[in-house]
Amino acid sequence: MASAFEYAPAPESRAIADIAPSYGLFIDGEFTDAADGKVFKTLSPSTEEVLSEVARAGAEDVDRAVKAARRAFAKWSALPGSERAKYLFRIARIIQERSRELAVLETLDNGKPIKETRDADLPLVAAHFFYYAGWADKLGHAGFGADPRPLGVAGQVIPWNFPLLMLAWKIAPALATGNTVVLKPAETTPLSALFFADICRQAGLPNGVVNILPGYGDAGAALVAHPDVNKVAFTGSTAVGKEIARTVAGTRKKLTLELGGKGANIVFDDAPIDQAVEGIVTGIFFNQGQVCCAGSRLLVQESVQEELLDSLKRRLSTLRLGDPLDKNTDIGAINSAEQLARITALAERGEAEGAERWSPACELPSSGYWFAPTLFTGVTQAHTVAREEIFGPVLSVLTFRTPDEAVAKANNTQYGLSAGIWTEKGSRILAVANKLRAGVIWSNTFNKFDPTSPFGGYKESGFGREGGRHGLEAYLDV
Amino acid sequence: MSDRTPERLTVFKTYKLYVGGKFPRSESGRVYEVTDSKGNWLANAPLSSRKDARDAVVAARKAFGGWSGATAYNRGQVLYRVAEMLEGRREQFVREVAEAEGLSKAKAAAQVDAAIDRWVWYAGWTDKIAQVVGGGNPVAGPFFNLSSPEPTGVVAVLAPQKSSFLGLVSVLAPVIATGNTAVVIADERAPLPALSLAEVLATSDVRAPLPALSLAEVLATSDVPGGVVNVLSGRTAEIAAPLAAHQDVNAIDLAGADEALAKELEIAAADNLKRVLRPQPVDDWSATPGTDRMTAFLETKTVWHPTGSLGASGSSY
Amino acid sequence: MPTTAPTASAAAHVLSDVTASDAALRRFLHGLPGVDAVGLEARAASLGTRSIKTTAKAYAIDLAISMVDLTTLEGADTPGKVRALGAKAVHPYPTDRTTPTTAAVCVYPDMVAVAKEAVAGSGVKVASVATAFPAGRAALDVKLADVREAVAAGADEIDMVIDRGAFLAGHFMKVYDEIVAVKEACGTSARLKVIFETGELSTYDNIRRASWLGMLAGADFIKTSTGKVAVNATPANTLLMLQAVRDFRAQTGIQVGVKPAGGIRTSKDAIKFLVLVNETAGEDWLDNHWFRFGASSLLNDLLMQRQKLATGRYSGPDYVTVD
Repeated sequence: MASAFEYAPAPESRAIADIAPSYGLFIDGEFTDAADGKVFKTLSPSTEEVLSEVARAGAEDVDRAVKAARRAFAKWSALPGSERAKYLFRIARIIQERSRELAVLETLDNGKPIKETRDADLPLVAAHFFYYAGWADKLGHAGFGADPRPLGVAGQVIPWNFPLLMLAWKIAPALATGNTVVLKPAETTPLSALFFADICRQAGLPNGVVNILPGYGDAGAALVAHPDVNKVAFTGSTAVGKEIARTVAGTRKKLTLELGGKGANIVFDDAPIDQAVEGIVTGIFFNQGQVCCAGSRLLVQESVQEELLDSLKRRLSTLRLGDPLDKNTDIGAINSAEQLARITALAERGEAEGAERWSPACELPSSGYWFAPTLFTGVTQAHTVAREEIFGPVLSVLTFRTPDEAVAKANNTQYGLSAGIWTEKGSRILAVANKLRAGVIWSNTFNKFDPTSPFGGYKESGFGREGGRHGLEAYLDV
Repeated sequence: MSDRTPERLTVFKTYKLYVGGKFPRSESGRVYEVTDSKGNWLANAPLSSRKDARDAVVAARKAFGGWSGATAYNRGQVLYRVAEMLEGRREQFVREVAEAEGLSKAKAAAQVDAAIDRWVWYAGWTDKIAQVVGGGNPVAGPFFNLSSPEPTGVVAVLAPQKSSFLGLVSVLAPVIATGNTAVVIADERAPLPALSLAEVLATSDVRAPLPALSLAEVLATSDVPGGVVNVLSGRTAEIAAPLAAHQDVNAIDLAGADEALAKELEIAAADNLKRVLRPQPVDDWSATPGTDRMTAFLETKTVWHPTGSLGASGSSY
Repeated sequence: MPTTAPTASAAAHVLSDVTASDAALRRFLHGLPGVDAVGLEARAASLGTRSIKTTAKAYAIDLAISMVDLTTLEGADTPGKVRALGAKAVHPYPTDRTTPTTAAVCVYPDMVAVAKEAVAGSGVKVASVATAFPAGRAALDVKLADVREAVAAGADEIDMVIDRGAFLAGHFMKVYDEIVAVKEACGTSARLKVIFETGELSTYDNIRRASWLGMLAGADFIKTSTGKVAVNATPANTLLMLQAVRDFRAQTGIQVGVKPAGGIRTSKDAIKFLVLVNETAGEDWLDNHWFRFGASSLLNDLLMQRQKLATGRYSGPDYVTVD
């Protein structure tokens, strides 16, 4: 929106994150090269500039890391919970101390706005470690028996959309319960996990308790399939989740999966409209929509459709897309060329299938991976953009007439991760929340996260819960 | 000629499947011989087909809304009523278990008593499990946040192969106590108690035809609606395969599968990410179970809502 | 750029049915969309994280200075105090004549004539609180006399208070009628600012209702507070009122101004409010004809920040005037 009040650039200094030209794998407390010497480059998605060259883990490295984790397990699991707690508290504190650096780093490697890494990712990362630190010596009170035991070596594979936060969701409960960890960050966002390895060293964490293996899907597959892994935790696509479920079939490996979604954000005619508009924007444009629990389907009651869409379009016109390091940027870069291609293809499909496409006037930078905030109206349940997870800043708008119809449409998906309800009528919130088949229901709010609050899906959005007391179960022999 | 009354010829029973509250014959039109532990013929049991499995899933899905939407108290009442019915048929079950498992009458009676007690135990869980595994979460913000367990949906249950009644009850009761609906594959070798159990479930159903029971039982509060439990007999591996692959089945309990079958079914179950309860090493079904068999088929739903202040920001009230 | 605003009667035309009766007005006000307090405050806080630097900051500071209603509303006000205030409004920073004037000085009715003389020829307006400010607990005749006196003395703007008692008791028509009467007393020469005393209305739903009520009755400005109660202007209540004027214009074509008052003391705060304006009502409101700050100490902080930007050094209170 052209305005008399143009905000001057307010970039966070990228020098705050001192990125080395190359990084190794972190195994048994040491940074090492990959056994086969392979490396890969990690880019800044907003500029396509190479940030660093990172060792690429292969099957041999996975084996080394699992062995290191196995060796560390005996001592680590035998530590009194109170001692494990103190390590986790140390880690939490160091994350807080280094949060500005980590926020800049994450923004550089992921492409998301500094506003989000600074105000959402990093505070949640630290909070997650604080929360699970406190559980380490209280496991007997968690409802899983008097002395629940850890599983052993946890193999964890995380996505690129919240690299450090997903690491925290995986590592904090695993360590609190006495497991040791081999974690593979996504190939497009390995850096924050490698900085976390350094935090583990600063915290004095015993060698082998946390091992970080940057790499591609082959390393993830090797980790999941490794016979000496006792626990597999994965966050990512439903397709890969199914593959992992097949891989661990017939073993004793405990499995938790946090997968895709196609969340319905339901707006009733008596909604607090201005807040609903904010919730819709947060729901689909937070992190460029690259969020598994995104409210990617807007279900609006027909009687307020026009008013709501006018407000929404006006609001979208105020979104500021650009340099992720600028503190005023609302919409950053798409994480990778591959993801951009996928979003682009699905959006084109939406158009081809007859949905009406709209974006605010918005200039995209010439280098990097960018996609303008996009609305599709006139969408029905039959449209691809209403069924497939786009994982980008693309909102499909559908309408409904009655609460029954809203619930039926909301549930008409293979997924079941999140949903939103907007109405000022309390009983309607409770009735609709009750009927929605989704693991997280945000009523009159959206995309809120907290370490105490269990997160995870129904149906093909996966199984198991992360966060809260529930999140302990995935790492205990119960 | 003898003046003694000739021994009375007993009336055999035709065992049928239990699907959607009705007792159909298998769609296959086939039966298989069920024998006692010494190999003597006991009865013919229906040999369920893939289509029977499919029909059972349809029935279970149809029943899910009502059963999961019933109050927990009501589910407890219905399940307790089932226990009453079981108690009433105790002698029948003792006989069937003794024959099926080759147990003495006393040992079979112990199994049946444990099973009835197990059923009562689960009946009491219906309105407590949510309090034990759910609760408020103290999030760091102005939000009310509550996690509650919800049934996962339609659960395929492979009944244990070595405990025809106690094992069956131990795997079935937790599934339906938590509000799921079930498609049960009876112990292949000893399906009769399961089929008889189905009769008990049916007779607790005021909506299903009730040829056999007294009016008092009909009027009783118990009410396991048709479709909540569906019982199939036949070749476990044959029936389980389509269930494990079925896209409208939400979970599968592999208790009755051997290692090879369990792996195969778990792979098939990944297609729609069914919740899979792998076969557990169970030495003694009579040991007190924990809550695991219930939580295995529960989802956790977490609902957020803003709390906010009574007045506009900074109100002095 | 003040534009010729459609008159209140135009509003009456578009939404005439809603003020046809007490019941109709109540139904209309209660039918406005609700406000979720947490969501509103979160949005205000999030806009508060905008980072306004260098050229944008210079622009914002000058704009904010030009939007100040420099206010003295004390029992101890004297002609001398008001003259000093007027001088400051005209030349906020005597040694730097590029500094904009403030929008207005705001005084009690009996000081209007003095203030008028003090700002004569400068373009600075004289605003006067009236209608038994700040409590508003007086007979309508008295309130109207208060207004007429101020207008007669040359007030360009009248800042009235609504009858919060009537509003909270649900007598919306009484509040409406009173605003209409005051508007009439303002005549064609004075613009009317309607003060809700949002701290006393307490809920955001009430603030949204009061905003529409005031606009329907012909307010030229809606204003948060008197500055005399515990809770005055906040980012959240101002954001809500900005949404109201935005929506009112969309529905009626009539633009209404917004004035947060009380509690805004620093440049940083003022800039946050300007961000709210920019991203909620839009740039049409980024002008002192449509947005004001009711403040007194804010001006000196704006002036010190302005000097900092100009010279690169931090200024101090001794380098701005104490008036």
